[in-house]
Amino acid sequence: MSDGGTAADFIETHAGLTTFPAGASLRLDSGGAIEGLQVAYNTYGTLNADRSNAALVCHALSMDQHAASRHPSTGKPGWWSQVIGPGAPLDTNRLYVICQNVIAGCGGSTGPSSIDPATGEPYGLSFPMITVADMVRAQAMLLDALGIDQLFCVIGGSMGGMQVLQWAADFPERLFAAVCIAAAPRHSAQNIAFHEVGRQAIMADPDWRGGEYARCGVRPEKGLAVARMAAHITYLSEAALQRKFGRELQRDGLSWGFDADFQVESYLRHQGAAFVDRFDANSYLYITRALDYFDVAAAHGGILAEAFRRARDVRFCVFSFTSDWLYPTGESRQIVRALNAAGARASFVEIESDKGHDAFLLDEPVLHAALAGFISSAGQARGL
Amino acid sequence: MAGPGRRGVREDFREIVRLVQPGARVLDVGCGEGELLEMLGREKQADGRGLEISPEGVSACLARGLAVVQGDADSDLDYFPARAFDYAVLSQTLPQVRQPRHVLSELLRIGERAIVSLPNFGHWRVRLDLLSKGRMPVTNALAAPWWSTPNIHLCTVRDFTELCIDLGLVIESCAALANGRPARPIDPHRPLENWRAESAIFLLTRAPSRPPG
Repeated sequence: MSDGGTAADFIETHAGLTTFPAGASLRLDSGGAIEGLQVAYNTYGTLNADRSNAALVCHALSMDQHAASRHPSTGKPGWWSQVIGPGAPLDTNRLYVICQNVIAGCGGSTGPSSIDPATGEPYGLSFPMITVADMVRAQAMLLDALGIDQLFCVIGGSMGGMQVLQWAADFPERLFAAVCIAAAPRHSAQNIAFHEVGRQAIMADPDWRGGEYARCGVRPEKGLAVARMAAHITYLSEAALQRKFGRELQRDGLSWGFDADFQVESYLRHQGAAFVDRFDANSYLYITRALDYFDVAAAHGGILAEAFRRARDVRFCVFSFTSDWLYPTGESRQIVRALNAAGARASFVEIESDKGHDAFLLDEPVLHAALAGFISSAGQARGL
Repeated sequence: MAGPGRRGVREDFREIVRLVQPGARVLDVGCGEGELLEMLGREKQADGRGLEISPEGVSACLARGLAVVQGDADSDLDYFPARAFDYAVLSQTLPQVRQPRHVLSELLRIGERAIVSLPNFGHWRVRLDLLSKGRMPVTNALAAPWWSTPNIHLCTVRDFTELCIDLGLVIESCAALANGRPARPIDPHRPLENWRAESAIFLLTRAPSRPPG
């Protein structure tokens, strides 16, 4: 993950925390509901008088609401500081940018590490299973609370892009424009397979304690770190790994043992260790499961174009990256094909990059220029 | 993309804009940086979409507020559902595709009508150049030398007219373009026009289906 520009130091952030009263429960696809839902979010910029300039940024699996401001625990710049800010593609001089921590996350929104009001203990595995549609419904509840009827734009990469697709399927009338980056309309067998490796690594850690680790005062750090290491490989590309590390050694000569001889090993171990400091293992289980269950066409007879049938007035822009093997270009093309079949206003760009799936988080001038063009022309059309 | 007379607005664009009915839905295949789509939106209030192979072209279109999909005329026209557009436009691009016959049929699956402009390899200057110099001609309509031209399937007005007949397409109108002059309506079946037209614009439609019984 790249460190963004210094703009992050100066961007004015409002950190919000909304707790919904009893009676305003979040209905879940799995059948249950969450009472007393809490959502944590950050906003950047100012909501205009007619509340028409709101842009919702949907975050990816391992991210949170700190999209454009320093992370309170790691101190690192926001994960999308290059995209959100004054003069950036999501220009906070004109737009009111909202980023909400997804439900089941661990950035302050209700998740498995929250206290279950029924027991006074952390939910653990008694937390209900959630879906991407549930995440989106919780975002819609936040917009209601903020008095925003229609978003100028919903935008996200990876899991964020899947939330964008779900928004288009479930609440098209609340969208003016939608940007889906490096995503897919459903999780493939390969996607599910990698997630299963991650989950098994967490559950194989003795400190996971059947998901009740919080009550026992331990954390399955080794398992979560291994899950992160495996996943991180899927976010890169062979070319990017080779360019960054090749077969470079950490020290002169081999250790003739199992220390991290190679720089790539050390890098992955660092990724794993850093992740453990800011992420919760059960959140990882729940959110990866939600992604595996994701298939936006499923509720529409399996026909993707049907999912977008009501979204024909939304301005869509879909992006993919040539070296993304987690959600390859073909997945984005399926989305575009379905949008066209539904008669929606769809644009699509495949960005040439060797940085793999994570390219959407990195310094990709072609992506940023195309985003800026799309968002500013949509802004003109919206009268912003 | 090399087109006739780059000065100001491409002459074939003027003629295409003239042919399109106000408020029509138009797909521009090989839309470049979106100049034609922008003209169609401005002058004919057209609901335009584009297909463009280069990411730079698509980005330029996005900045103009146009809806453009990155893709290739040969393989990506099947993105679009049948009869989704009133017009499918292919300006100066047909000689550059790998399968002109397939692309032409696709245009008329997607659009009620197709507008196709192409350089005419039967133009007298082309014939004269080849005959007298024995070299591949370089003209206004065919500006690039053979080793750098994107054109891989050059044809004459006569060739194209025969392909339309073969595919059962109706030529509703045809106009000739010669450098710097306004488009001139022609009968593409007349051999003389195949000598005179530097490039030509065809308005095509599907043959009417036979009445039942």
